[in-house]
Amino acid sequence: MIASQWVWLAVAFPLAGFLVNGALALRRAPATTAVSIVGPGVLLAAFAVSLGIFFGLLRDPPHQPHMVPLWSWMPVGSLDVTLAFQVDQLSTVMLLVVTGVGSLIHLFSVGYMREDPGYARYFAYLNLFVVFMLVLVLGSNLPTLFIGWEGVGLCSYLLIGFWFSEKANADAGKKAFIMNRIGDFGVLAAMFLLWRELGTLEFADIAARAPAGLAPGGAIVTLITLFLFLGCTGKSAQIPLYTWLPDAMAGPTPVSALIHAATMVTAGVYLVARTNVLFAMAPLSSALVAGVGAVTALFAATIALRQYDIKKVLAYSTVSQLGYMFLGVGSAAFAGGIFHLVTHAFFKALLFLGAGSVIHAMHHAYHATHSHEDAQDMRNMGGLRQHMPVTFWLMTIATLAIAGIPPFSGFFSKDEILASAFARGAEMPVYYVFYAFGLAAALLTAFYMARLIAMTFLGDNRSGAEERRHLYEAPWIMTGPLLVLGILSVIGGVINLPVFAGGHHALEGWLEPVTAAGAAFARVELPHGSTELALVGGAVLVGAVGLLLGYRATLTRKTPPAREAPADTGLALVLNRKYYVDEIYDAAVVRPLVWLSRVVLWKGVDQGLIDGAAVNGSARVSRGFGWLGSRLQTGQVGVYVVFFLVGALWILRAMIR
Amino acid sequence: MTEFLDSIGYGQWILHALVLLPLLGVVPVLLGPESSAKWTALTVTTLELVLSAGLWWALDPSRGTLQLVSTTPWIPTWGISYRVGLDGISLVMVLLTTLMLPISVLGSWRSITKQERGFYAMMLTLLTGLVGVFLALDLFVFYIFFEVMLIPMYFIIGVWGGTNRLYAAIKFFIYTMAGSLLMLVAIVALVWRIQVVTGLTSFSYDHVLQHAGAAGPLAPWLFAAFALAFAIKVPIFPFHTWLPDAHVEAPTAGSVLLAAVMLKIGTYGFLRFAVPFFPQVALSPAVSRIVVVLAVIGIIYGALVAMVQPDIKKLVAYSSVSHLGFVMLGIWAGTLQSVQGSLMVMISHGFSTGALFLLIGMIYERRHTRLIADYGGIARVVPLFSLIFTVVALSSIGLPGLNGFVGEFLVLLGSFAAFPLATVLATTGVIFAAAYLLWALQRMIYNRLDNPENERLTDLNGRELAIMAPLLAGIVWLGLYPAPVLRRMEPAAQRYIQLTRPSHEAAPVAVTGSAARVRP
Repeated sequence: MIASQWVWLAVAFPLAGFLVNGALALRRAPATTAVSIVGPGVLLAAFAVSLGIFFGLLRDPPHQPHMVPLWSWMPVGSLDVTLAFQVDQLSTVMLLVVTGVGSLIHLFSVGYMREDPGYARYFAYLNLFVVFMLVLVLGSNLPTLFIGWEGVGLCSYLLIGFWFSEKANADAGKKAFIMNRIGDFGVLAAMFLLWRELGTLEFADIAARAPAGLAPGGAIVTLITLFLFLGCTGKSAQIPLYTWLPDAMAGPTPVSALIHAATMVTAGVYLVARTNVLFAMAPLSSALVAGVGAVTALFAATIALRQYDIKKVLAYSTVSQLGYMFLGVGSAAFAGGIFHLVTHAFFKALLFLGAGSVIHAMHHAYHATHSHEDAQDMRNMGGLRQHMPVTFWLMTIATLAIAGIPPFSGFFSKDEILASAFARGAEMPVYYVFYAFGLAAALLTAFYMARLIAMTFLGDNRSGAEERRHLYEAPWIMTGPLLVLGILSVIGGVINLPVFAGGHHALEGWLEPVTAAGAAFARVELPHGSTELALVGGAVLVGAVGLLLGYRATLTRKTPPAREAPADTGLALVLNRKYYVDEIYDAAVVRPLVWLSRVVLWKGVDQGLIDGAAVNGSARVSRGFGWLGSRLQTGQVGVYVVFFLVGALWILRAMIR
Repeated sequence: MTEFLDSIGYGQWILHALVLLPLLGVVPVLLGPESSAKWTALTVTTLELVLSAGLWWALDPSRGTLQLVSTTPWIPTWGISYRVGLDGISLVMVLLTTLMLPISVLGSWRSITKQERGFYAMMLTLLTGLVGVFLALDLFVFYIFFEVMLIPMYFIIGVWGGTNRLYAAIKFFIYTMAGSLLMLVAIVALVWRIQVVTGLTSFSYDHVLQHAGAAGPLAPWLFAAFALAFAIKVPIFPFHTWLPDAHVEAPTAGSVLLAAVMLKIGTYGFLRFAVPFFPQVALSPAVSRIVVVLAVIGIIYGALVAMVQPDIKKLVAYSSVSHLGFVMLGIWAGTLQSVQGSLMVMISHGFSTGALFLLIGMIYERRHTRLIADYGGIARVVPLFSLIFTVVALSSIGLPGLNGFVGEFLVLLGSFAAFPLATVLATTGVIFAAAYLLWALQRMIYNRLDNPENERLTDLNGRELAIMAPLLAGIVWLGLYPAPVLRRMEPAAQRYIQLTRPSHEAAPVAVTGSAARVRP
């Protein structure tokens, strides 16, 4: 057991790792062994610290968070922003997920990235990401959280563009950062409002002062939560700011697993849970959160149906699953949202790492035969089960989990979210619609996951006869972490087993001190008895049907390899091209803005109006006056005499008056 | 430290020494051989930096008043005396100046090859002018220093600048001169009005501040003259078009000093003179509205125009227009957080933009082009340069944990109560800042290395790393632990608010520790 005061150690270890790996990255000579030890080593150390703190908390659960102030950051008059951590039930859960899943992904990376020339740089970024992620979840006030919030965005930017020589990768990184910045604008605006209304940016003080300081359901609290949620849509890839996440797959696959599935993208869900009192006081905002979540869940799932890149399927799946989490926290099921966050971290990290293992194998096979085929296109795979059985079985487990098949972890967490949305429908009927969306998304989820497994692992192999002989299972350093995640994906549900399964909602009880402030305004009463069983039965049925349909639809049709595949048409094309949202954004926002800046503002206003007309114009005018003056100076005495006389007469006249 | 400084009588001579030392340094620079000019300049500016460091401890941080004030009669009949002193605001500005000078000299080390004596003599004269401007407590002396720094900068751009240097230098000179002449008229008129009321002719800052109310119906005109002079210097939209030209044509040191220090004289002028002299005019709803609207336009317009610049120096120049807009917003919002934020932006912008111009200068020396399109993918060839360039760009973007964030955050947080809509609009500036800098970053150091000329670039050398090291340290330190700086400035910021907010008028405010402010 470790006292909460030592929580900074969990941040200090990865920070030290960043510094060491960063220094190694700047050396010309590679230091593969040192990096392989330091990179994952500091994460394991941070995980050990986190475990120690968790057990300390478990023995004596606090009602108030343990505050760990580091130093005074921005003291200005009554504003005193301290760089401070807080240890409570919620931050501990996040701490365990980030360092635990993070450790596994760091270990996997040793196998996956070992041969990359940027190996040390990779681990430097990855360690730095963990530093910022921990600052995000540990920060005791919004500005400290914001350091982490933007810091993870920075690391995401650096890691998406890790192979920066490809313009597409650098583009994707930049897009992610800028779209996140749009969201960050919302977080900033929310901070300004909170400071004006409540005079504090500390989470504990917000929870204490908001009930008295803000009118429940009023315009102010609604505005604050809407601004906060804007930040969440950016960070957690929800409509309308989701388009960066699929592009983010340009980064190395373990990065997708850690940042773009398990941890960073769930920060928005964490933020809503952390400020639960505000969202509970703003039913309109909460409905919007749930609505955006439900629509995103369904919308992204439809796109996932027609993607061929294995990572793109998982990316849209992540967008969709994040939608579920927002449906949960928007239905006042704050613990439910966090529950799905945790189980999703297990099974989605497993899916991504599994995909990484597949891509790794495909890439090596194509490399061995000097083929330039796409190693991520599922149409080039098929039948991989024979070649990589461990990966196959583990990914199948994850698929069952995400499809919501009992008793896998995803079943319990997804079920709780759907039940919460349904329960909220009693107060606000629109939640029934959200529930229906969630259920429909569950069907599609099962479908596209079954399609992924079938296209990748089942049927005949389409990689090519020569390549087939080079397909191998990944080494133990990669399959080991997969195995651990597989176990967690199976049993992860135990942390919050419902009553009908013999549990007592342990996670919900654990988080009670954090969610209590919100529960005073909005509390979700999960359905009991026959309603509950009907909901559960319906959800399971939908998942099972989806899996079956996806499996059959994929295997009954012949899938040609990518280069022979006919072009998609009709609806399939629209889905494959992601409803053309990127193109629409580009045409409606990006191009007009650049045009406005270049043609109107720069060429027009700056060079034309201000410089051309006003500045150089006044220069021309004064030159004109100078020319006039020089004309007067003719050198002819007669002209001067006339001027003199006119002047003298004028003065004389003035004097006489 | 304080005891040591007291024992050498630091407080008595330091301000005079800081003004005179660079001027004296001009002599050996001009008399010595051409090759030793830069060494002399480096010695003098470094000595100046070391000497000025003691100010940090010499200033009593608990008082917001002007301290270390020293008065030497100069032209008694006109009430002009050589009067200098400082408070927390001038302190940080002076330190920023004395830090930037040796860095600028080192940044010119290899790039200035013609008439080195003249160049470094100009740099030293400029230093005197800059330090003097921040220390002057007599309006006439302030005006003199204001002009003194103008002339060396004119020559630095006009003689050692790029191809279009004459156009830029003259534009810079006329723009600034137009403003400063108007200011001179306003100063004289103000002193004359006060003489009419009080019977005392004095250009002393305290005296004028105390009796500025005597301006009466002239106040709006006088404020307008001051405001125009400072607005051009800041520069506020639409008086900014001299800046991109001046930056592009100026040699590296000129750009660095222009951005890091000289622009701040405009905002410093508002804080020290224009607003405290005429608070009823300056903070009247009508004027406030104009300033705040122009500030917000500057923030967004500067960022958008920066985004489409093909020339990296112009990009940074327009980004300055954007950053300085935050300063103006914070000054006019007039809350402690917003004013402190403005001061932090002034400092941070000095570090970040100074560093950006130095880095651009370093790569320009190697490739002789400032066009973004001529680069691309150079991170492979010059990793250290790319790393530092990225960090500096991120600090300019306002990434929390680095210096740029602190000022912007405080300005916006503090301004929200006064101008909610303008603040929310200004906040969108953080999005555009990310857009223009990351886009430039990508086109310069990421993407494919497709220009063979870039393949032979050499990475930063020891001298260049030594230049960047203090700036990088400042960027991180001010980002993570700005508290000591904020505490040093807070009493002075507090005093500015008391001087300008009518609601605080009831409480007598100490000016240089003695007189109270009276408004007839």
